[in-house]
Amino acid sequence: MSAPLIHLESISRRYQMGGETIHALREVSLRINRGEYVAIMGPSGSGKSTLMNLIGCLDTPTSGRYFLNGTDVSHMDDNRLAEVRNREIGFVFQTFNLLPRSSALHNVELPLIYAGLSAEQRRGIALQAIRDVGLEDRMHHKPNELSGGQRQRVAVARALVNKPSILLADEPTGNLDSKTGEEIMALFENLSRRGNTIILVTHEEDIARHARRILRIRDGLIASDESREPLHETAG
Amino acid sequence: MRLLAEFLEGLRIALAAIRANTLRSALTTLGIVIGVVTVTLMATAIQGLNRAFMESVSSIGADVLYVQRRDWIIRSHEEWMKMRMRRPFDLTQADTIMARVDFAQAMAPGDDHRASVEYEDKSAGDVRVFGTTAEFARVANLVLNEGRFLTTAESSGGRPVCVIGASVATNLFEARSALGERLRLNGKGYEVVGVLDKVGSPLGGPSLDNQVIIPLPNFILDFDRTPDITLQVKVSSLVSLDDAREELRSIVRQVRRVQPSDPDDFSINQQDQIVTMFRKVAGTIAGVGLFITGLSLFVGGIGIMNIMFVSVTERTREIGIRKAIGARRRTILMQFLTEAAALCLLGGLMALAIAWPLTFAMREFIPASLSPLVVGLALAVSALTGIVAGFLPAWRAARLDPVEALRSE
Ligand SMILES: Nc1ncnc2c1ncn2[C@@H]1O[C@H](COP(=O)(O)OP(=O)(O)O)[C@@H](O)[C@H]1O
Ligand SMILES: [Mg+2]
Repeated sequence: MSAPLIHLESISRRYQMGGETIHALREVSLRINRGEYVAIMGPSGSGKSTLMNLIGCLDTPTSGRYFLNGTDVSHMDDNRLAEVRNREIGFVFQTFNLLPRSSALHNVELPLIYAGLSAEQRRGIALQAIRDVGLEDRMHHKPNELSGGQRQRVAVARALVNKPSILLADEPTGNLDSKTGEEIMALFENLSRRGNTIILVTHEEDIARHARRILRIRDGLIASDESREPLHETAG
Repeated sequence: MRLLAEFLEGLRIALAAIRANTLRSALTTLGIVIGVVTVTLMATAIQGLNRAFMESVSSIGADVLYVQRRDWIIRSHEEWMKMRMRRPFDLTQADTIMARVDFAQAMAPGDDHRASVEYEDKSAGDVRVFGTTAEFARVANLVLNEGRFLTTAESSGGRPVCVIGASVATNLFEARSALGERLRLNGKGYEVVGVLDKVGSPLGGPSLDNQVIIPLPNFILDFDRTPDITLQVKVSSLVSLDDAREELRSIVRQVRRVQPSDPDDFSINQQDQIVTMFRKVAGTIAGVGLFITGLSLFVGGIGIMNIMFVSVTERTREIGIRKAIGARRRTILMQFLTEAAALCLLGGLMALAIAWPLTFAMREFIPASLSPLVVGLALAVSALTGIVAGFLPAWRAARLDPVEALRSE
């Protein structure tokens, strides 16, 4: 089997708070392959976000090594990490995190600007991405003119526009009602079926059930790692 | 390519941010506006003064040496006392000197006096009456508006004729021709044979248009029996001014019988002495102006820095988002530098809009106009202030930790 997409080797992340050391992650080792759909679960404060930030290259470990696509990214500097995030990672946040003064289209275009694409190239790709989430008739709207579900769709389009290796979602349905949440999960389902690697953090069992693998974290350690049949098997 | 796209994105965001806080932005740029108005007016005034000065200097001629009793620029009371003791130049000395000088294009002795000039029932007070010879026309590059200058015969023979400056002509004759009319100078009649072109007095000093030129013998007879002559020597373009000056000096020393051990008892003046002095004064003015300007720009810059810190704090989350999707430090740095520079450039444009009508008011006094150079300077200074003042806040934004930034409210 080829090298895993994500390979964590005894990763620890510690924070200093006053005189105290907080062990957010304790020697976590983990492999995730291309195309997997993984849910990370655990009680509040167990280290889920810390793990997501490390996988997403927003943060670097205190000790241990992280190979992304075979490259050691655990000691890269700020600028190199920014490039890795731009190329390899698409983020979807609980609070959407769209730029408030920019249109939906421009929000989706932004990663392409940082990737150095020309204006003409960007337009076409961004338009396609926004079509893929079914929002072409809303693309000139500002985020505050969109519903929560629409905002999260824009965020998904932005996350995918650079064709990243991983889609990272931290509580993507946390700010949505259950119906809209299900719509976003259906979108993820679809993306997973088309071969995207998805890692999502959630504390809702209903949401986690969409994934094919569930990691449970407790006190900075992986407590369980189970693979399972997904909830929505193509019925028929 | 990427840099340009990032810059355009920065500019877009900057303008949106400024528009979102119009009042705050306007108030913040006030300091810059004041600073740049000062820069603009100062630079325009200095340019205008320079031009005025150079115009008046070149109208007299830079290649003319003035042999006379005193220095033009007297630095101390002591010096002045010394010069006051010097013997005046008389006409015989001037003639002897002229006979020995062989490096001149033209030479003319002369002396002047303030007097009032009358014509019929009109009179013009405080006119400069200048007695000289026919060659003065070539020394001073005089241009006649009508008529002719003094002839050689007139300047030695003593026929009472005169050539008048442009303002004397308009004051006494208005639109009529002055040629052939008789003026009264000190009670003596003088026939007008020529009228000079208008040359103006841009520095507000004694106007060259407000003068009457008469033959030197008549001047001595009617105004001053013991004249103190100034000999003007226009140096040939074939010799250097410095060589000519040295040679002239030794001739004058011989003629005035100055002992080898004694210092000169006369002065040889030339335009560049005034030019040098003017440069010094203009330099001082510019220095003071620069200081005031620098001060107001500094205060303005502090304001910009302050508001940029506020802007960075307010947009910490936005910075986090941008970093998460791939903005590098450079990108964020440039975005906020662009914002600060754009803010200051807007201030600079406002300042130019304010300064422009003020330069028209300035035109009452000096030939000043807002030049493209000054406009460029003003905008460059604005942008630079923005970049300098914005650097610290922008640097702080660029170094923000993405995780921390994303967590902020
Ligand atoms: N920047 C930080 N400074 C100090 N402690 C932190 C920081 N970030 C997280 N922690 C601590 O690390 C532990 C794990 O946090 P986190 O990964 O956010 O948990 P979760 O997302 O599962 O709720 C918690 O105890 C939290 O208080
Ligand atoms: Mg969390």
